[in-house]
Amino acid sequence: MGRRTFDWRRWIGGALILATSMMAGAASTPAGGDLPVAAAGGKAASTADHSRFKELQGPFESGPEVTKACLACHNEAGHQVMKSVHWTWEAISPTTGKKLGKQHAANNFCGSILSNEPRCTSCHAGYGWTDKNYDFTNQNNVDCLACHDTTTTYKKIATDAGHPLYAPRELPKGSGRIVQPPDLARIAQAVGKPGRHNCGACHFNGGGGDAVKHGDLDSSLVKPPKHVDVHMSPDGENMSCADCHTFNAHQPSGSRYAATAKDTKGLDMKHEDHKRATCESCHDLRPHKNERLDNHARRVACQTCHIPEFARGGIATKVLWDWSTGGKRGPDGKPLFIQDDHGHLIYSAEKGDFKYGENVRPTYKWYNGVVHQIALTDKIDDSKILELNRVEGSASDPNARIWPFKVMVGKQPYDPVNKTLVVNHVYGQDDTAFWGNFDYAKSIKAGMDYAGLPYSGQFGFIETRMNWFITHMVAPKEDALKCRDCHTRSEDGRLAGITDLYLPGRDRNGWVDLLGGLAIIGAIGAGSIHGIARILTRRKGH
Amino acid sequence: MSANRIYIYKRYERFWHWSQALLIIVMMITGFEIHGSYTLLGFRKAVDAHTIAAWTLLVIWAFTIFWQFTTGEWRQYVPSMKNVSAMVLYYTVGIFKEMPHPFRKTTVQKHNPLQRLAYLALLAFISPLIWGSGLLYLFYGNWAQLGIDEMFSLEGVALVHTAGAFMITAFFFIHVYLTTTGHTIFAHIKAMITGWEEVDDDHPPAAAEQGGRTPGAA
Repeated sequence: MGRRTFDWRRWIGGALILATSMMAGAASTPAGGDLPVAAAGGKAASTADHSRFKELQGPFESGPEVTKACLACHNEAGHQVMKSVHWTWEAISPTTGKKLGKQHAANNFCGSILSNEPRCTSCHAGYGWTDKNYDFTNQNNVDCLACHDTTTTYKKIATDAGHPLYAPRELPKGSGRIVQPPDLARIAQAVGKPGRHNCGACHFNGGGGDAVKHGDLDSSLVKPPKHVDVHMSPDGENMSCADCHTFNAHQPSGSRYAATAKDTKGLDMKHEDHKRATCESCHDLRPHKNERLDNHARRVACQTCHIPEFARGGIATKVLWDWSTGGKRGPDGKPLFIQDDHGHLIYSAEKGDFKYGENVRPTYKWYNGVVHQIALTDKIDDSKILELNRVEGSASDPNARIWPFKVMVGKQPYDPVNKTLVVNHVYGQDDTAFWGNFDYAKSIKAGMDYAGLPYSGQFGFIETRMNWFITHMVAPKEDALKCRDCHTRSEDGRLAGITDLYLPGRDRNGWVDLLGGLAIIGAIGAGSIHGIARILTRRKGH
Repeated sequence: MSANRIYIYKRYERFWHWSQALLIIVMMITGFEIHGSYTLLGFRKAVDAHTIAAWTLLVIWAFTIFWQFTTGEWRQYVPSMKNVSAMVLYYTVGIFKEMPHPFRKTTVQKHNPLQRLAYLALLAFISPLIWGSGLLYLFYGNWAQLGIDEMFSLEGVALVHTAGAFMITAFFFIHVYLTTTGHTIFAHIKAMITGWEEVDDDHPPAAAEQGGRTPGAA
């Protein structure tokens, strides 16, 4: 009976497989040349062709007009973005509870956004943040295109509070070069998932220029060779930023205010939490073939061995910024600007002295997940070098691992009476902005007044340090650190600065070595003397 | 010089001795590189070689312990204070006056009393020290799983292991020197290679078995 029963399930199953494979075949055939440009990193095709939406035919007069059209369908997107740090520039540290973000945290690059908004907010994920009274609740001011343009033609210009050009303009002024505004309708019709040029437009240019701030993020990552970044290289995994920095409801993962010091969960292939942009979320907790290397991950971050140097893409990063020398004028009375042989600005009347580095060896520190970030309003100790974002951790802390950092050296204005850092008004067409008047007394006073913060009227310069996590530019495994780079007595050893643990190959006990050495010398010496005596007495005997 | 030959080191024993010698030399060289005393193979290769040599020697020891007990050879290591002073006197005075060696090797007593004491010290003191600390060192990454991470510190374990290494190394040099104290310089080494020890006929030992292959050799 059973043998003769018609197995209908098998037939239906077979038909389904056949049908699905036919559909898959059809989907993989390009529907024509007018598909939206795929975002870098080989994104899956979209289910909607935005170029055929009548709402996106334009013409668009401004960015907010495009946003309005987007939000007509994507009715949650605006509210989601307005909760994200890309919009608020404000974050509460999950470990210290402190209010941080660009609005509050101090740095030793450009300083504060306060009083300098139109310049700084060219990287805001929104439009029109021109002053401190910005309306953070107007969803039409969310900038969708900065992140979703796939044509690479959309550019927020440096000085217009997040807007792109809407009319041709000479840039820079006096250059005779006329820059055309982007075609907003074309861009709106070609939106897609963010690629590396979207994130890079701001994150590669942090601190005011390519490679300036991070050291492990610069425009070399747009198309890096494999030895610069195994993940992002077209010859490697060809991944884009958001493949690791997963987003959920427009909330990015991975924060420098509380980077995951030690991922104990491992694989996150289903992205069940969308919060961990960690190595372990893809590579799991024991990725090496060698168990001894896996064991190191308990105390050593992956990045420590796998990113042997930063700024490896051929673009120098700023490693020192000294504001105290700003404002010098040349013999012609004009503000002084000096370039080095490589064309790097090493002195700017607007900003002071700079130093740069390429292929820089990171500084290694314990880090347990807690960053003590100085805010603009914090009382500071000016008797020593001020660490703007001390990372916490030690060998005795089980949650701490050894991490690589770019340590930015800075010297910046502060109030020696009130013991706070200050807001320096640098940008603006007025008679107090430092970039134009070159007078700190006026520019700091204007900045502090604008911010509504107490200011004694006196200023000095304090030396500062800032720690920047090095987590990008992962090198091929052949280029990873070798055991001997740390396990060495050489003062040049990578971990020479981390002395609160016993490191085999580097550390020893002087007494054990002295007594042991004497024992060996004694053994050899006793044997030699005894042997010589035997030879001598034998000759005598015969 | 006429000589009697006795078969004193059996085949397994000689294999054990020489493989152990090789492995200990490898571990001394790589161990002091890991310690940071010099650079030869590179840290990683030194660690790998040291680890492989250690495991190999442990396996050989497992066989050797079995062998010692099944053949009864373990009795060779039972210490005795008898005649120790005669041995000391020989090494400090007699050897220079070409006085006869106070001890005669036999198949049932192939170690002189001083040797017995030295090997016992090696076995009962240095060996546990260096193996115990070595295994702890090797399994440092698993201390938490084993629940012993509160009991030991890496530094302590490393220092004990290093101290043991110095002792073994000092022993090694004395041991090698003492092989030259036979009736010829290479007599002892030759015996350890061939198994046959030549016993000087001019001073026949009281309890010596007169030549011939010993029954029961493995």
